[in-house]
This record gives sequence, structure tokens and C-alpha cells, in this order.
Amino acid sequence: MIDKKSRLYIPRPTARPGETPDFGYLDLSPAGSVDKPSIDSRTRDIEYMSSGLIRVLDDDHQAVGPWAPDLDPGKMQIALRWMVLNRIFDKRMWQIQRQGRISFYMEALGEEAVSIAQGMALRPGDMCFPSYRNQGLYMYRGMKLVDMMCQCLSNTRDMCKGRQLPIMYHSAEANMFSISGNLGTQYPHAVGWAMASAIKGEDHIAASWVGDGSTAEADFHNAITFAAVYHAPVILNIVNNQWAISTFQGTAGGERRPFAARGLGLGIPGIRVDGNDFLAIYSTTLWAADRARRGGGPTMIELVTYRGGAHSTSDDPTKYRPKDEWKSFPLGDPVERLKQHLIALGHWSDEKHEELEAQLTAEVLAAWKEAQKYGTMTEGPFLDPSTMFDDVFAETPRHLESQRRRMMEVEGVNGEGSES
Amino acid sequence: MTQMNMIEAIRSALDVMMDKDPNVVLMGEDIGYFGGVFRCTDGLQRKYGEHRVIDAPISEGGIIGTAIGMGVNGLRPVPEIQFADYIYPGFDQIVSELARLRYRSCGEFFSPVTIRTPCGGGIRGGQTHSQSPEAIFAHVSGIRIVMPSNPYDAKGLLISSIESDDPVVFFEPKRIYNGPFDGDPEKPAVSWASHPKGEVPEGHYTVPLGEAEIVRQGSELTIITYGTLVHVAIAAVEEVGVDAEIIDIRSIAPLDIDTLTESVNKTGRCVIAHEATRFAGFGAEIAARVQKDCFYNLEAPISRIAGWDTPYPHAFEWQYFPGKKRLVAGIRNMMEVE
Repeated sequence: MIDKKSRLYIPRPTARPGETPDFGYLDLSPAGSVDKPSIDSRTRDIEYMSSGLIRVLDDDHQAVGPWAPDLDPGKMQIALRWMVLNRIFDKRMWQIQRQGRISFYMEALGEEAVSIAQGMALRPGDMCFPSYRNQGLYMYRGMKLVDMMCQCLSNTRDMCKGRQLPIMYHSAEANMFSISGNLGTQYPHAVGWAMASAIKGEDHIAASWVGDGSTAEADFHNAITFAAVYHAPVILNIVNNQWAISTFQGTAGGERRPFAARGLGLGIPGIRVDGNDFLAIYSTTLWAADRARRGGGPTMIELVTYRGGAHSTSDDPTKYRPKDEWKSFPLGDPVERLKQHLIALGHWSDEKHEELEAQLTAEVLAAWKEAQKYGTMTEGPFLDPSTMFDDVFAETPRHLESQRRRMMEVEGVNGEGSES
Repeated sequence: MTQMNMIEAIRSALDVMMDKDPNVVLMGEDIGYFGGVFRCTDGLQRKYGEHRVIDAPISEGGIIGTAIGMGVNGLRPVPEIQFADYIYPGFDQIVSELARLRYRSCGEFFSPVTIRTPCGGGIRGGQTHSQSPEAIFAHVSGIRIVMPSNPYDAKGLLISSIESDDPVVFFEPKRIYNGPFDGDPEKPAVSWASHPKGEVPEGHYTVPLGEAEIVRQGSELTIITYGTLVHVAIAAVEEVGVDAEIIDIRSIAPLDIDTLTESVNKTGRCVIAHEATRFAGFGAEIAARVQKDCFYNLEAPISRIAGWDTPYPHAFEWQYFPGKKRLVAGIRNMMEVE
């Protein structure tokens, strides 16, 4: 509607607390209805992938259409296991935070398919530059639950030695980059890493994840420009979970065109995929990875999902969105959908699922028991605070050694119960 | 030994390092085919190819952000930011990522990026081509800050910076790219040809990071400075005829504080001179350290001579620039204190 004079337009979500959830704004395509092009297609010929919604699992839990991947049920069972683990782990850590035993936590409730499907579609040599809701990627790539818990506890086995907020993991061994508290900063790193891979003539690719909200950051635009200009072998994921803390995806500019279309102006193909459909995510990621590995450059993937929980333990979403909004989300629950698909294939059952949940709950509990042996916020052993001066530089310069000595004089002890 | 100006010395450092280490890559605006607006990378793309000397989009945040990723993947990137005044779009990447990556990952990840960037005024650049933002970066833990004052140091310090596993912001005072400048714009320009520090070895050598240099020995007064003002200080001291010790700190962070305090403990007087604005400038850090470590030997209050606390005005460049007149007056005032 064109008005007679300019008025500032303020984007507003379709429902606030107490109102009826309304996802009418989400353009949906039936499962199997979006074509699958060859990986050497020109961006201009495959723009339809950024506006449609690629889905594989239909309402009868069948895998349909050209994007249905060739995955045996055994592999899907493994995927289900990781997704369930991610959810159970998050639930436990959330409770632990509520008990005051860790300072902070962020869960991936409702978004578990993103990390697990994409983790499975990438190769171990590919480098991941995750966001803070990609804990599933760390798990899938082999990080032990006890190590993740120790990080959250900032205890003596914390990989970050007490320097980082809970959930900001890293693992060079697993090719999992260090999580920053600043949003979107890892996007250009992924592009630069991919450029280096191409400079060196290697076939490893990079992948990075940001939320719908962080697409507004300059780093996002810097990164996609460089990715496009140099045909960097990188997958640029946008996890559109509808909410950036309290602002809905329209506040980041998602109302008129899908986030998947952000790269089209630069010639980067965009894929809009059902982010709760494990098979569709796996399949589209494989397509993008294949394209990147064979010199086709970057692909942008928008994963349409819903943030099932609060932004973090410091957030209360009932203050800004309908309490039961997730229940109305038309793309459902990723864990439930994969489970039902496996059941429909005759390779899973409710009993097996309950068994799996019980087994993983026990695993998480055992990991928590073990993690506490390395110290908690109140019980030793504690980290040696003098280590805070390490790793500022490759070699500790004199002024930091002198501050370390001063700190230890003032504190009197070298960290009660410390190992040194 | 060859005579080089600072541009040639910097180019020589890049050439030596690119030849020695195939992981050294350059990236920046206009640095490739064209060779850089100040010519520091002239000829390097022809010699090492487009994959190692990369013309970048006009996106300082993108240049620094992608350079960090390249460094994580084993390269040793040396991005150029065309003017230090343009570095701010990349500030978050420098402060929150480049400087912190080693720390937050406990050494598992680091990125050995050396950011080269021309700084300082005296070239009629106005407020967007004249700034000296070193203090803004010196406040950030985890990055090394370097500013050479002559061709010999420029090459040796740049090689050390590129070889260092720490990130470095390498400021190049552009007023002295072509010759030492004593702060008097009326005098004809002098080249590096007749200057002893214009004698530069052609091959590999290093000047260590984190070490100040005593440029002139003296007993009555210490002048602590860096960059272009080293040469202004030398000229001012000659004019006043005082037996001053002049220290070029060269590495702003980490700082070689011992060389500074030893000198002031000897002379009892301390003038700090820099081109950047005075308020919360790097001179304030030096003054605080010197007064603490030299308090009982000080014979006069520590004095700072710096750019005025205004933006760098285009038409009043020489009134803004802390040139010879201001240094001479500052030295005389200090020597009058009994």
C-alpha cells in the first residue's frame, strides 16, 4: 500500500503474548515439490530454490521428491540418536543452570536437526564455524559430553580454562572453531578459511551458521561479498528460528524476501529448506558441499525452524511471544518427524525410542557425575587463577608475568586446591 | 646494503617473506595489479601471482575478517588497510576476534595476521587520511602494536611481525615514507638517501618486537617518542642545544618500559611526544609508568606534546601537527624548571 506521505514502518510479529499464534506469513511448499537442479547450474536459473521450501518428509512421514536422500535406516537411527542426545543434554544442562550450578546455558530445542543433519553431510576435514546453538555439531564431531559439561562449569578440565561463558566450546581436533560471544563474527572467518583452502588447492570446505537476527550484522554482508567475489568453497547457513531474543525475523528484514535470497544479488545460490526436516537438510547440504568442493563456490542455506525454548537462561520468552507458539509452528518438531519416518519405514518404534531416551538420559547423568569430579562452582578442585595470564600472546610478555606475580601476592595463594 | 626509502624497505620485507614462506599472502584495496596507493606492494603480484597478492573489495571489515580465517587455515596473511583512518569497520574483528582468539581457545586456534596501515598526517589528508589511532589499539590486550620511524626498522620490524604468531597492527607513518621529516613544512623535502637508517640489507634480517631504541644518548632530558616525531625531536634538540636522550619506542605494545624508565631515572626530565591527540593518548600510559618508576628522580613534571584534541583539520594541518616549534618550546619550558 502506498501512502500519501512517508511514515516509518515498524515490523510487528503476528502474535504477542495472549494472542493466537499465526504462522500465515510462512510460505510453505508441499514436500517433494521443489526441483533439484544439477550442482553446476547458474544461480540465475535456480533462484526458485530461495523462495520455495525444500521438504522431503511429507505429512504421512514418507520421504518424497527429488531431494529424498539415499540414506539407509541405520544411518537415520544414528542421526536420531544424536538429535535426542542433544535435546536430553540441553534439558539437563538447563536444569543444572536453574539449580545455580552453572552460570548460563543456551539450548537448541527445536533446532536439533540443523546441527546433526549438516554435521553428517559434511566431511571430517571440513571446517565448521558454528554459532552458539550448534552444540549438536560438537557432539556429532566427537566432543565428549563430560568435556562440554566441564566447559560449562569452568572447572579444572575446562577446555577454555575458565575464560569463556558456558557453551562457547572449541576443538581444533574436531575442526570445530571457537565460539565467540559476538554475533556473526565467524562468518567472514569461514569465508577466509575457505579462501585459504582454495589458495592451497585443497578440497576441504568451510561452513558457518548465523541466526536470522545476525544477518543484519556488517560481518554477514562482508562475508558473503568475499565469498561471492572469490568463489570461496563455503556453505553459508542462516538458521531462521523466527526469533532473535525478543525481535521476530521481520526486524532483521525477513518480511519481504526470504533470507535465502540475501546472496542472489551477488550471484550466490540460495536454498530455503525445511529446518525441521532432517532429510531435506542433509540433502541440500550435500548438494551445496558438492558444489563447493567442485569449484562452484558458495551456497547460502536458510533453515526455516523455530526456537522452541528461550534465547538463553537469562531470557523469558513469555514476555514477548505466545507461550504455546511452537505448538502451532507448521513444520513441527524435528525429532518427532525423523522418529515417525523411521517408524513408518518399519525401522523404529515408540518402545525403542523410550529405550533410547532412557539410555541417553543415563549417559548424560553419568557424564554430569564425572564432570563434577573436576570441580564445580562451589566445590574444588578449582582452576589455578594464575593461568589467566597465559595465551594472551604466544609467549607471555614481561608486563603480564609481573601482573601474574602481583595477582598471586594479592590473592595469597596459588588458587586453593590447584594442581600447581 | 642498499639505499631504500620506507616504501622500498616495506616492499623488500614483504618480498623476502613471500619468497621464504609460501603461506604469506597479501590482501588489500588496490594492492595487487596496481601495487598499492603508496606503492608498497608494487610488482609483488607479478612476482608471486594473483592468489598471493589479492585485490580486495572495499570492505575493511571483510579484509580483516577473512584474513583471520585464512590465518586459522595455516596462512600468514598480511592485509593492508589503505589508510589507518579506514580501519574502523574492521575494529570489531580486530578487538573481539583477532586479539582474543588464542586466549579464548587456550592456544588451540590463533591467527598470525599482520595488518599494515599508513597513519599520521602531514600530507594534506584532512581528518580522514591523517589519524594516528595507535592508542585505541594499544588498549586492547592480545595484539602487538608497532610503528617504525625509518626504513631499516620498517623492514626489520615488519619481518618480525610477519614471523610472529601474534597478531600485529603495523602502523606506517606515511609522512616519512619518502624521507625523514623534521616538522618544518617550509623546508625542502629530504630523502632517505643520505640517512644512515636508509641503508637497508637486501635479504632477511629482523628488528625485535618489544624493544625500544635509544636514538640519541643524552644526560639532561629524555624525549620518549615514535613515528614521525622521532625526527622532529632530533631537530628540536639540535635547535635548543640541550643534551637530550631520545628514545624511539618502536613497539607500542607490548612496551619496553625498562628502557624508558632507566633513561628518565638518569636524566630526571621526561617529555613525551606523539602526533595523536593528547587526551587518553598513548603518552598518558607512558607518563603514568614513568612517574611511578622514576618519581624520586624527577626534577620536573612530565610533559606531553601531542596533537590537539580536535579532529585533524585540513587547512590547519601545521597548526595541528606537533612540529618543531611546539617541541622546542616544550623542551625549553622543561629545562627552565629548577
